[in-house]
Amino acid sequence: MDNREVLVDIKNLRTFFYTEDGVVPAVDGIDLTIHRGEVLGLVGESGCGKSVTALSILRLIPNPPGKIIGGEIFFHGEDLLKKNEEKMRMIRGDKISMIFQEPMTSLNPVYTIGNQISEAITLHQKIDDAEAKKRTVEMLHLVGIPEPERRFSQYPHEMSGGMRQRVMIAMALSSNPELLISDEATTALDVTIQAQILDLMRGLQKKLGMAILIITHNLAVVAEMAETIAIAYAGKIVENASAKEIFKSPRHPYTYGLLASIPKFTEKKTNEPLPAIEGMVPSPYHMPKGCRFNPRCPFATEKCREEEPEILELTPGHLVRCFHPIES
Amino acid sequence: MAEKAIEAKKKGQKKSSEDYTYAGMVFHRLTRHKLAMVGAFMLIFILLFVFVGPLIWRADPNAQIEGLGGLFNPASRAHPFGTDDYGRDVLARMFFGGRISLFIGFISAISSTLAGGFVGLVAGYYGGWADNILMRFTDAMLSIPTFPLLIALASVLGKGVWQIILVIVVFGWMTDARLVRGLVLSLKEQEYVEAARAIGASANRIMWRHLFPNTLAVLIVSTTIGIGGAIIYEASISFLGFGVQAPFASWGNMLQNAQQFIWNSPRLIIYPGLAIFMTVLGFNFFGDGLRDAIDPKLKL
Amino acid sequence: MATRLVEVQNLKKWFPIKGGVFGATIASVKAVDEVSFFINQGETLSLVGESGSGKTTTGRTMLKLLQPTGGKIIYKGKDITNLTPNQMRPLRRNMQIMFQDPYGSLNPRMPVGDIIQEPLDVHGIGTRKERKQAVATMMETVGLRPEYEKRYPHEFSGGQRQRIGVARALVINPELLVLDEPISALDVSIQSQIINLLQELQQRLNLTYLFIAHDLAVVRHMSDRVAVMYLGKIVETAENDELFDHPLHPYTQALLSAVPVPDPEVKRERIILQGDVPSPVNPPSGCHFRTRCPYAMPICKEQEPLVIEVAPGHTVACHLLTKK
Repeated sequence: MDNREVLVDIKNLRTFFYTEDGVVPAVDGIDLTIHRGEVLGLVGESGCGKSVTALSILRLIPNPPGKIIGGEIFFHGEDLLKKNEEKMRMIRGDKISMIFQEPMTSLNPVYTIGNQISEAITLHQKIDDAEAKKRTVEMLHLVGIPEPERRFSQYPHEMSGGMRQRVMIAMALSSNPELLISDEATTALDVTIQAQILDLMRGLQKKLGMAILIITHNLAVVAEMAETIAIAYAGKIVENASAKEIFKSPRHPYTYGLLASIPKFTEKKTNEPLPAIEGMVPSPYHMPKGCRFNPRCPFATEKCREEEPEILELTPGHLVRCFHPIES
Repeated sequence: MAEKAIEAKKKGQKKSSEDYTYAGMVFHRLTRHKLAMVGAFMLIFILLFVFVGPLIWRADPNAQIEGLGGLFNPASRAHPFGTDDYGRDVLARMFFGGRISLFIGFISAISSTLAGGFVGLVAGYYGGWADNILMRFTDAMLSIPTFPLLIALASVLGKGVWQIILVIVVFGWMTDARLVRGLVLSLKEQEYVEAARAIGASANRIMWRHLFPNTLAVLIVSTTIGIGGAIIYEASISFLGFGVQAPFASWGNMLQNAQQFIWNSPRLIIYPGLAIFMTVLGFNFFGDGLRDAIDPKLKL
Repeated sequence: MATRLVEVQNLKKWFPIKGGVFGATIASVKAVDEVSFFINQGETLSLVGESGSGKTTTGRTMLKLLQPTGGKIIYKGKDITNLTPNQMRPLRRNMQIMFQDPYGSLNPRMPVGDIIQEPLDVHGIGTRKERKQAVATMMETVGLRPEYEKRYPHEFSGGQRQRIGVARALVINPELLVLDEPISALDVSIQSQIINLLQELQQRLNLTYLFIAHDLAVVRHMSDRVAVMYLGKIVETAENDELFDHPLHPYTQALLSAVPVPDPEVKRERIILQGDVPSPVNPPSGCHFRTRCPYAMPICKEQEPLVIEVAPGHTVACHLLTKK
């Protein structure tokens, strides 16, 4: 059991999108707990609701067409969903920060990166410009950007993708947040750059002690970084356990199928086909009845097609949402 | 995804955007666009007025009433819109004048869009010196002062409906040429164009089968808005004395003719003026809506 | 006996950068800078590299979708480098390409049946009826219902669109297929389906693949041979197992060490490369990799390393090995 203080506690979060084509139940009853200093991975494919969950925490869901219609998000015991915009703005970028996939669009091209980081700092801390600049240079150094004083006055387009991502991280960590949300932050990077950035994030986490919510579709990345992993499918969490448990004994057929289907880098080439999961992620406008994974599940029974399973704790710390979880 | 749609239809669920054909999707979005529907109603009204009107109110637009007493009559049962400076029934002239104005507007807008579109397509696809030559020619045409050329053309060609159409096309194709060229330049870089080249498709095939259909959206919108512009242009040309000749009416020449009577018979300006206003506005609203409906990224 | 289906010798593709008042060429992006490789009939050669490596440009230049700036392309023994587009047209039946982007690679205004049929139309193969039949057969082969031939691309998912892309590429029975990152834009669970499909089709139709990718796990699964590119050059080529088990070039070593593995128990020995990839407009002198190489020597700055064969089928371009 985790002894650390609970930092974020998401209970039965429901975020729906009301479009002209119908209602999209993007997040439909998600529970997640993040402890102080914990690295939690939220893994899933398109339409699973992982990014929407992150945006819901920071209340950045565009309204219309999106709306958080239910649940609670406790941060230090206070429900974020009940706070007004003013209070949320004080939390964003200060106590909870977020980095995104495309650093080019997250950075303003007409301001220097130093300027942008300093602005982020002065927004939340009462220090003067000179002091902010000093802190900025420190942050640039912390994230491994060489010649930080010179780089201060560079523009985003003058830097490479990896550098820009480091700048994003510097900005996100400048206020020493308690939680860093990383939404597919390394997906668009080359593998060698990704290795650098993941290395950096691990180092910073050890040094600064913040919790990280890593959102990705890449199981390998999450294996490296996360202590705990939650697997999301079609708006719900289907499995939640320690990283070791997830990889060693996945209990949900989706998790199991996903792990089995990815090509193994460390294994020699056989000419066997991959054990792929049949079918596709359901369209949000036509969610299947019963368990959302049932059309693709090789173990689905009549019950699976009629009822939706609840999430249960099968072994301590290992939660699964399935009527017929796979044997350990 | 398509399988799911068929299942859903069987269960009577609502169709989503994935289930429509492209044209169906555009129509669906269009009917939900408020401004477009307002424009559509205005246009339907105008079309009914102009085509069905004469079947209900039968009067000769060119028949003149004898005697000074028949001139400038206000609205009456005999003449719901009154009479003009020649004693002719204004309502009837509005019908037939409208037909001519709409005809001119429609034909010239379509022709200039197609002509300009063709130039833009060729220039954009081939690039290089062909593009250069065509675009510099376009620029040159844009720089020519309209009025003197108009007079020159009119003196050579004479006055009449087809002459106006020609003039409007000659002065109007350039905008579409630039528009289409710009669009083709970006479309050319799309992977499906590269795929077509990989298959071995000829330049013609790529231009007409792949690029042109993807410019249709822009061309259709340009045409609808162009119709409005053409009608106003026709009115201006008539103002200058060229264009549809007496005794035949067009909204443009009615407006032109009525300017001298603005004090004693303002209705002679109001009727055609209002008609032109409604028509152009209707086409503009509809064109706006069409543009929005066609853009799949825009959330309606 | 392995026969070479296609061979590329010292292939160059430079993109000019124009500047000045008269638009003269002031510099070039050396996207592909003297690249040589061959692909045997029936095999899969993977071209791996990161952004700026030139792998995508190499694939397109090999198919003459881009005109080579230098070097030779030899297809079945015939030099096709300088053929005109008209002369190339009949050859295009034999070499096709499948694209990365499931959204941009299909004309949104064409029904998918027409999209798949187009290669047959272009080359005038078969009667109308035969073409329609070929399309239906092809759709079934790639796992799509033939009844959907009147539907438009936007009605299909990403995975299905990639299937349409494969169908289009294979409907004229080519021998060579260039696969340009065909699964990168797809969901993980769909990637395996498409990988299986590609492999099955290769067996069934005796296809030769040039597989361009950056996901090394997929490359390991699919390839017979692998060529690693960096900044426009091939730094190492070897058979699948040989490359992954005994990488010789420092870049290959770093690249392989950087790949994350879905196993939390494994602790990776990472070779972290410093700095960023240099610009292909101004690559470093001598060996392009020297600015980031942990083993750089003085000679690396002066001389470009030649490609040498260190073991049968295993070639490397690195001074560390020439010394031996």
